[in-house]
Amino acid sequence: MHHGDIPIDIVLDIYTRVLRIRRFEEEVGRLFRQGQLPGFVHLYIGEEAVAAGVCAALTDQDTIISTHRGHGHVIAKGGDIKRMMAELFGKATGYCKGKGGSMHIADFDIGMLGAIGIVGGGMPIAVGAGLSAWYSGSDRVSVCFFGDGAANEGSFHESLNLASTLTLPVIFVCENNQYGEFTQATDAMNITDIADRAVGYGIPGLVADGTDALEMYRVSRAAVSRARSGDGPTLIEAKTHRRGSHAEGEEVFLAGQTYRDEAETAAAQAKDPLHLLHTYVSENDILPAETLETLDADITQIVAEAVETARNSPDPAIESLYEDLWV
Amino acid sequence: MPRKTYVAAIQEALSEEMRRDPRVFLIGEDVRIGVFPSTRGLHAEFGDKRVIDTPISELAVAGAGIGAAVTGLRPIVDLMFGTFLYLAFDQIANQAGAMRYMYGGQTKTPLVFMVQNGAGSSAGHHHSQAVHQFFMNMPQIKVILPSTPYDGKGLLKSAIRDDNPVLFLHSLSLGGKRGQVPAEEYLIPIGAADVKRVGKDVTICAVGPTVYTALDAAESLATEGVDAEVIDLRSLSPWDKETVLESVAKTGRFVAVDESYPTCSAASEWAATVAQEAFHDLKAPVQRVNNKDVPMPFSPVLEKAVVPSQTDVIAAVRKTLD
Repeated sequence: MHHGDIPIDIVLDIYTRVLRIRRFEEEVGRLFRQGQLPGFVHLYIGEEAVAAGVCAALTDQDTIISTHRGHGHVIAKGGDIKRMMAELFGKATGYCKGKGGSMHIADFDIGMLGAIGIVGGGMPIAVGAGLSAWYSGSDRVSVCFFGDGAANEGSFHESLNLASTLTLPVIFVCENNQYGEFTQATDAMNITDIADRAVGYGIPGLVADGTDALEMYRVSRAAVSRARSGDGPTLIEAKTHRRGSHAEGEEVFLAGQTYRDEAETAAAQAKDPLHLLHTYVSENDILPAETLETLDADITQIVAEAVETARNSPDPAIESLYEDLWV
Repeated sequence: MPRKTYVAAIQEALSEEMRRDPRVFLIGEDVRIGVFPSTRGLHAEFGDKRVIDTPISELAVAGAGIGAAVTGLRPIVDLMFGTFLYLAFDQIANQAGAMRYMYGGQTKTPLVFMVQNGAGSSAGHHHSQAVHQFFMNMPQIKVILPSTPYDGKGLLKSAIRDDNPVLFLHSLSLGGKRGQVPAEEYLIPIGAADVKRVGKDVTICAVGPTVYTALDAAESLATEGVDAEVIDLRSLSPWDKETVLESVAKTGRFVAVDESYPTCSAASEWAATVAQEAFHDLKAPVQRVNNKDVPMPFSPVLEKAVVPSQTDVIAAVRKTLD
């Protein structure tokens, strides 16, 4: 890891994004285990460097599309933790007034066009956001987050090909977290690098270390610059690792069976993105320890307040069932 | 009033709306050449940016329309045949209609999906099915299936101006149909039926090409002294329940004619509604006339035998008169 030409304020910004995601997700995991959250939650722990590095290279005008594992993307794009937490509780004060939930959070004011619960489902929409920028003569870019599982969907093929043929400003960020639900990514494809598939679309395909937030920022910055210049899409494969479950409480689905390779899991634990970044900025005296401690305390406090607010928020009124239908 | 073909009326609606609103654009496979003449000539006037040819990628093109719509544009997505919508189903069923609600009203998806619907071209099962009934069962997408050039133009213009997703279905079999289309601008509201023939003995409710089948049947029945009212629903979702119920209150008899398979068809919905809400007006059980429940065959003779015929409609009307 090295920060090279990345200014210190941006390093701190990236660190903040990683930490906000981590503390939020840790709390969400606790709440789920305590039975306080309805539905499913898919945590982003272990993958924070990807969203943080990519989103630090974007402006508020740029848009992103996310997945069922989307909390990290919302936070990295600047989402409000209180409204997110309230949405996870299904409350009226949530981002989607309790109608979206964990897998469907959006914040259109900051260019977060939504988390999509269907694997690969967001990819064509991201192409459309890129098409919109091109059509309007805007220099904004569209980022599409998706997983290794989505790379085997037909929508991946159609979306990359369409974005390429129309030379659209779309950045496809594949978070290869090594698992599609309970199947190892290597069992679902006969290639090592999903980035190689870019060749089939005539666009650049890059492999990046998805545990290194600074590298993710650097790679994204280049792809953003390319897209803004009108040179078209890039496929970035971020090699990362899903630290925890596919969905919290997955033991219920596994019924005592296992699917993890222990050696691989141990190796990945050693490459924890928060730990790596913390070690780097501390040992190289890039960010003072006091700053990091204060930051952590502040974020922990924000998350705690978000939980409190969410708990005390009203459920949606039954009448709201018929609100936000037709325009 | 000038007489124009159905496809010419649609082409006029597209070009007028594109001239009116720079956010409106057309995207799809071979829309520049205009495989169906309804989009022909638009590229010459509006250029590459507003008439966008794409690869054959229904899922991505449908989704790209959604992405463009939620970021401020008003796309018209031409996916050619209704059956091709099956390839784009995720984007239509899971995303287009649901996004506004799912995200708590933060966005809107003003876009039109435009396809050919139904039989009449002897193209076999993959190009000749009617698909409207699937989308009637889907929340948050409007579905329209006009039968005349006048209705086609007026409804398409309304669809393009609508802030919700609209599925505009037009029938290949009606493409050459001529009708009066005024030179001055007009709109037809989505959700309003049109009584195409006034009658007092029986209400025949139809949509798309079956409107003509119903009208032919009504003329034939008139020679026997049966005076049928023919309602062209024009819009399938939302549909004009009030006009249908008013008609049934007058006639006491109801026949639903629809080019979809019987189970959960459009006709099923109309018939169930009439049975539920106008039971006491009815003098006889409601009747449905649908496609025969088989995949669409190629042979023109067989294809014709699948869709509702004039004979089928007359037989259904007679059942209500027994």
